[in-house]
Amino acid sequence: MKTKQKVQDRKDQQRNWLRSPLLRAFAALVLVFLIGIMFNADGAFFKWNTHRDMLRHISVFAILACGMTLVIIAAGIDLSVGSLLGLTAVLFSLFTLQKAWSPWLALPACLVIGAALGAASGRLIGRFKIQPFIATLAMMVFARGMAKWVSGGQKISTAVLQPDGTYQYVDVPPIFDFINSKVLNENLAVVTLILFACVLICWVILTKLRWGRYIYAIGGNEEAARLSGIPVIRTKLLTYGLCGFFCAIAGICQAAQELQGDPEAGMTYELTAIAIVVIGGTNLMGGRGGIGLTFIGAMTIGYLEKILSINAVGEASRLMLTGAIIIGAVLFQKTRR
Amino acid sequence: MTEHKDTLLRMEHITKSFSGVKVLEDVFFDLKAGEVHVLAGENGAGKTTLIKILAGVHTDFEGEIRLNGQPTLFKNPHDAAESGISSIHQEMSLIKAMTVVDNIFLGREQTRGNVWMDYRTQKEKAQELLAQLGIDANLSLTVEEYPVSVRQMIEIAKALAYDARIIIMDEPTSALNELEVKRLFQIIQDLKQKKCGIIYISHRLEEIYEISDRISVLRDGKHIGTAKADDLSPQELIQWMVGRKINQQFPERKLFTGKERLKVENLYLPDPIGSKEWVVEDVSFSLKAGEILGIAGLQGSGKSELFHGLFGTYGKSVDGTVHLDGNPFKIHSPIQSIKHGLVLLTNDRKGTGLVLPMNIIRNISLSSIKAYSPAGWIQIQKEKNTAQDHIVAFGIKAQSMHQEVETLSGGNQQKVVLAKWLETHPKVLLLDEPTLGVDVGAKHDIYTLMNQWTKQGMAILLITSELPELLAMSDRIMVMHRGRITAELTKAEATQEKIIHAAMGDEKTA
Repeated sequence: MKTKQKVQDRKDQQRNWLRSPLLRAFAALVLVFLIGIMFNADGAFFKWNTHRDMLRHISVFAILACGMTLVIIAAGIDLSVGSLLGLTAVLFSLFTLQKAWSPWLALPACLVIGAALGAASGRLIGRFKIQPFIATLAMMVFARGMAKWVSGGQKISTAVLQPDGTYQYVDVPPIFDFINSKVLNENLAVVTLILFACVLICWVILTKLRWGRYIYAIGGNEEAARLSGIPVIRTKLLTYGLCGFFCAIAGICQAAQELQGDPEAGMTYELTAIAIVVIGGTNLMGGRGGIGLTFIGAMTIGYLEKILSINAVGEASRLMLTGAIIIGAVLFQKTRR
Repeated sequence: MTEHKDTLLRMEHITKSFSGVKVLEDVFFDLKAGEVHVLAGENGAGKTTLIKILAGVHTDFEGEIRLNGQPTLFKNPHDAAESGISSIHQEMSLIKAMTVVDNIFLGREQTRGNVWMDYRTQKEKAQELLAQLGIDANLSLTVEEYPVSVRQMIEIAKALAYDARIIIMDEPTSALNELEVKRLFQIIQDLKQKKCGIIYISHRLEEIYEISDRISVLRDGKHIGTAKADDLSPQELIQWMVGRKINQQFPERKLFTGKERLKVENLYLPDPIGSKEWVVEDVSFSLKAGEILGIAGLQGSGKSELFHGLFGTYGKSVDGTVHLDGNPFKIHSPIQSIKHGLVLLTNDRKGTGLVLPMNIIRNISLSSIKAYSPAGWIQIQKEKNTAQDHIVAFGIKAQSMHQEVETLSGGNQQKVVLAKWLETHPKVLLLDEPTLGVDVGAKHDIYTLMNQWTKQGMAILLITSELPELLAMSDRIMVMHRGRITAELTKAEATQEKIIHAAMGDEKTA
C-alpha cells in the first residue's frame, strides 16, 4: 500500500497502436483507396467530383449508420431505420408538396415523429425487456405499414391530385432545392454537410456527454451498469429515440434527393447501415466502438461502390464483389483474441 | 536429475511471451502419480498461462513437456485431453442451456459408427460418474437449473469422463460451501488412490495445507521454489508468493463504534425468481458506524439475496422497515440506495461489478459520474485525476489507466470495483465476498482498507465463505440458514464450530 506507484496516463504506445480499431479501420479505407488509384478508370478517380458524388451518395446511409452506431454500442440493434426513413420521406413530401406546409413546420414535425417512433422501440426494449431484434423488427413492419397508409400506397410527388380528378404539378419547394444543392463552388453536397453535422453530434454524445458514458456502460455490461446506478431504461429510450431522429433526417434528405416520398424507400437500408457500422469496426456485442469508425466504414463502402461503378462493373459482379470485400475488410480488422 | 518412474509429467524450461512481454521464464514443474501438487502464486504470476500450455491452449512456447517420460507436443486442447489431461476451469466451461449428460460428454460424444449419437451409453456412464461423486442431479435437466455448486461437481464429472490421469483444478472450491468442499476433498483422495496426479490451484491457505502433498510457487513468471507441504510454513509460503514479508494474514483490527448507521427490522424478501417462498424471512439487525458485521451461511441461506434486497436490486418487492442514520429509508432501486449512501459489492465482479470493455478511469467513475458532469458534459481531466488518486490509494497495478479492466488480474479488478463504490462516498458498504479470487497480497490490502474505512465512520456488512477471514474481520457475526437468522455471535464467542452448526440450521447455539 505504501509503495507509491504511478500508473501512467499514456495510451500505451506500441501495443495499443497496432490494436487500435481506428487505425485498422483507416488501413482498410486506405487499401480500398489504393484499389481506386490502381483502377482509376482513365483518371476518373482523380477528379474531385468523383469523391464529392461518393460522399453525396453515401450520406443518407451514413446518417442512418450514425444512429445505428449508438444503438449497437449499447448492445442493441435497430432494424427499423429503413422503414422510418421511408415513413419520414413520405411524410415530409406529403406535408411540403401536397399540404404546402412551411418547411419550418414540416421539418420539426418529421423529426419529432421519427424520434417518437424510435423512442417507442426504446421503451419496448428498456421497460418491457423485449429483445432489440424483435422490438425493432416489429417497428420495421409497423412503420412500413404506416408509410403505405399515409401515402395511400402512392409515391408522393409534385403531381398533386386535384378535386376534379386531374393532376397538377406544384413547384418544387425551395427546401428541396436547398438540401439537394451543392455548396463551396459545387464542391460539396449539402447532404454531406448534414452527415458531418450528425457525425459531430454523435461524437459529442459518445465522448463528451454523460449520456455517451451510459451507452458504453450498458453495452459493456448491462447488469453492472444497472447496479452501478445508471438509468438503463431511460438511456435506452433516449438512444433509440435519437436513432429515430437520425432516420427522420435521412428520410428528409432522401425525399429531397428523389423529389418525392416513396413509401417503398429505405428497403434493406438497415442492412447497409449495419454493414457500415461493422466494417468500421464497432463491435456487435456492444460496449466497444465509436462514431469515427462508422464514418470511416461509410467511406470504405462508398469508395468501394464508386470504384466499381466508374469501372463500369455490372450490377451482378458488383454485388458479389461488395459482399466478398465486406468480409475481407472485417477479417482484416479482426484483431482481438 | 533422474526421472522417477512415478513421474507423470515434467515441464522443463518453459518460457512464454505475450506480445514481447515474458509471462513465464524458464519454469519447471513436475507431477507424480498419486499426488496433489499445489501451484501457488499471486494473480498474474503465470499460473494460468502454465496450465493453459499444459492443456494445449497455448501452443507457441519454449521448453519441453514430457508425459510419462515421452516428449510431447500438443497441437490443441483436444490433443491434450486425448492424452489424459483434463482441467476444471475457474470460469466454468459448461454450456448452460444443454443438459447435464450432454455437458459431461461435450467434445467426446459417445457414438455408434462415429455418426449416430449413442444416448443410452452416455446416460449409463454419466449415471455411474454422478453416483461415484455422490451428486444427485437429473441428467436430462439443463445445467442452468442447478446452483453453482452442483455445476462445479458436474464439471468435475466431465473431467473424470475423460479417464484423465492428470487433472488440473483451478480454484475448484470458490463456488462451494464447506460441506461440498469436504466432498470434493474426498473425491480427490479417491483420485489419488487411483494414481491420478492432481494440479491444484487455490488462494486459500488452509485449503492448500489440507490437500497438498507438494507446493510450487510462481512469482512474476518465475519458478520460486517447490517444497513438500510439511516442510513449508505458511509464513514462508506467503513470502514466496508475495516476495515481501507479511507478518500476519489479517491486519490487526481495532473497534471504533459510533452511532447507529443502519437498522433493519422484520425484512422479508420473496423469491425473485417467482416461487412464493421467502428467501429472506423476518431478518432484523442493527449496524453501528465503524462496525463490521459478518454474515455467515451456506449457499442458499439467503445472505446474498439479503444484500441485493437491501440494495434495491429487486426493486420494491422487499418488505420491512429500514432506517439509515435514523431516517426511514424506503428501498426503491440501486440508484436511490447509492444516493443515500448504501452500496453493494456483488460476489460476481465480472458479471455484475465491472464493465469489462471499459477502462480503469471509467469504471472508477461509473457510479459517481454525475459529480464530474454537472450539466451532462463530462469534465474529463477531473475524472482522470480522481481515478489517479484512487489508483495510488488502492495500489492498483496496471500499465496505464486507459487499460481495459478486462485485462487486469482479479485483485486489481476488485480494487477498481471498491474504488468505484468509495467514490460515491457511502455510509454503509455491503461487501459480498470481497476477496473472492483475490491473491494474498491484494487480500491484505483490502483488509487494511476495510479497517481504514470503518475508522472513518463507514459501516460494513461482510459476507465471506472463508471462515478465518470472517472471524478475523468481523466485530459481530450473524449466521443465516434458509433465509432466517439462526445465531448472533460476538467476536469473543464466535468459533468455526458454532458458525457451522448455526449455518446448518442448528438453532441451539443461538
